[in-house]
Amino acid sequence: MPVLEAIDLTYTYSIGTPFEKTAVDHIDLQIEQGEFVGIIGHTGSGKSTLMQMMNGLLQPTSGTVKLDGKDIWEKKADRRAVRFQVGLVFQYPEYQLFEETVYKDIAFGPKNMGLDEKEIDRRVRETAEAVGLSEELLQKSPYELSGGQKRRAAIAGVMAMEPKVLILDEPTAGLDPKGRTKILTQLREYHRRTGCTVMLVSHSMEDVAKYVSRLLVLSHAKVVCYDTPSNVFARGDALAEMGLALPQITRIFHGLRARGIVVPDEVYTVKYGAEQLLSLLKGGEGTC
Amino acid sequence: MLKDITLGQFFPMDSVVHRMDARYKIVITLIFLVMLFWGQHPTALIAGFLFVAVATVCSKIPPKMLIKSIRPIVPILIITGLLNLFFFGGGTVYWEWKFLKLTQQGIQASVFMVVRICLLIAGTSLLTYTTSPIVLTDAIESLLSPLKKLKLPVHELAMMMTIALRFIPTLIEETDKIMSAQKARGADLESGGLMQRAKALVPVLIPLIVSAFRRAEELALAMECRCYHGGEGRTRLRVLKSGLRDYIALAFTLLLLAAVIVINAVVY
Repeated sequence: MPVLEAIDLTYTYSIGTPFEKTAVDHIDLQIEQGEFVGIIGHTGSGKSTLMQMMNGLLQPTSGTVKLDGKDIWEKKADRRAVRFQVGLVFQYPEYQLFEETVYKDIAFGPKNMGLDEKEIDRRVRETAEAVGLSEELLQKSPYELSGGQKRRAAIAGVMAMEPKVLILDEPTAGLDPKGRTKILTQLREYHRRTGCTVMLVSHSMEDVAKYVSRLLVLSHAKVVCYDTPSNVFARGDALAEMGLALPQITRIFHGLRARGIVVPDEVYTVKYGAEQLLSLLKGGEGTC
Repeated sequence: MLKDITLGQFFPMDSVVHRMDARYKIVITLIFLVMLFWGQHPTALIAGFLFVAVATVCSKIPPKMLIKSIRPIVPILIITGLLNLFFFGGGTVYWEWKFLKLTQQGIQASVFMVVRICLLIAGTSLLTYTTSPIVLTDAIESLLSPLKKLKLPVHELAMMMTIALRFIPTLIEETDKIMSAQKARGADLESGGLMQRAKALVPVLIPLIVSAFRRAEELALAMECRCYHGGEGRTRLRVLKSGLRDYIALAFTLLLLAAVIVINAVVY
């Protein structure tokens, strides 16, 4: 059974005004337990709206969202409990920090869950370590941290609820390449360690390609495909039509193939690409 | 909840009223307000209703939007209505209990007041529905410009107002976002007593205030970078121009006002 399921999900903003817009258009989706899903699409393709419906912050205009097979908008359903199980990190989450210390801010979620002091303390320290925030930073005011640190503190605040599904909406937006890699590798580490489901929203193929096990491509409020990265990237032309560029390295390999050089089609990390090229060169003559 | 705030929300449409000179629209709205409060006779309300009806039809604004604009002040309407109903003495007494009195004049005053406030909100909402906030402040600046002679910083005031108006939707959106983010962390904003709810707002208010300061600072910097130094010698992208439709609208409103004044004078 999938952990999260969307059935015929639709969301329309500002119904009955000139600003009416369907952000999510009859989407069906099944997320299996333990997946690392990348969600890709242009600005306005409905990514954020879809994510906010997944944890019950937005009520769908029509359709259902099921968590562990249970409709989260059922009359008796406890939406707050759903939000603890499906943790959502918003875009620019550092703007939601408010407590006096980083420690207290990370503890905000667990505290709302009604956990006892000891458990809260364990979770705060564990997640702080997971995102690379040192002990002394925990006692500082969140406003004293650097941009990247703030971002990681905010992500820790959601991780500390130990949700079954962790959704992150563009967690790397506006960070420098170093900060980006840091957050993404920490996320991969977190996914490996906890085995929980992670959904990563991004509009950068480059970011996502390296880390995810499955890719969901959205365009104009609809699902274009939901498949493994290699299968998705194999449809490079279709993606290019939607204005979604493949990772640079994949494009290079496609170019090489087009010129008659026998290289694999599904190369989407630089490391793998380099290995392929090296073995090709070592192989000597070949087609070069 | 936050999306229900409609005051100052522009409703873009292509209509005669939308194309009118904003200065005239402001003056006409002011005349309309004077008319509403000058008239002591029910005909003033009929005139007011006529004005709102004509303006609504000409502006192509769905009447539903006007009702929506009145909705937030329903509690005020109820309180005003009740106060007038029971405490406004005079005329035939229908019913009495301790200090409460239901009189003929009380009922009249109560109905009068409620209808008057409804029309007031509907009329002023029409102004903001049909005029974008930026144009509105431009018009206010233009209308107040004679006061520059008195050393009043008209341009600065208008600029402050433009900025404030410009940031209302942004801040509403921001509030919405922060509320969602805190809800995602299990913040309970909807239940509990008054104190509990006030306390629950702290996680929303602090980030909001911080972000407002951040935005203000960024904006100031951006304006300085583009050499903003006040109103001296500034020209406009959109110059306000008046035309026939403005004169007709003004004449129509003045006519209504004159009628109300005359009826008032004749009856009392």
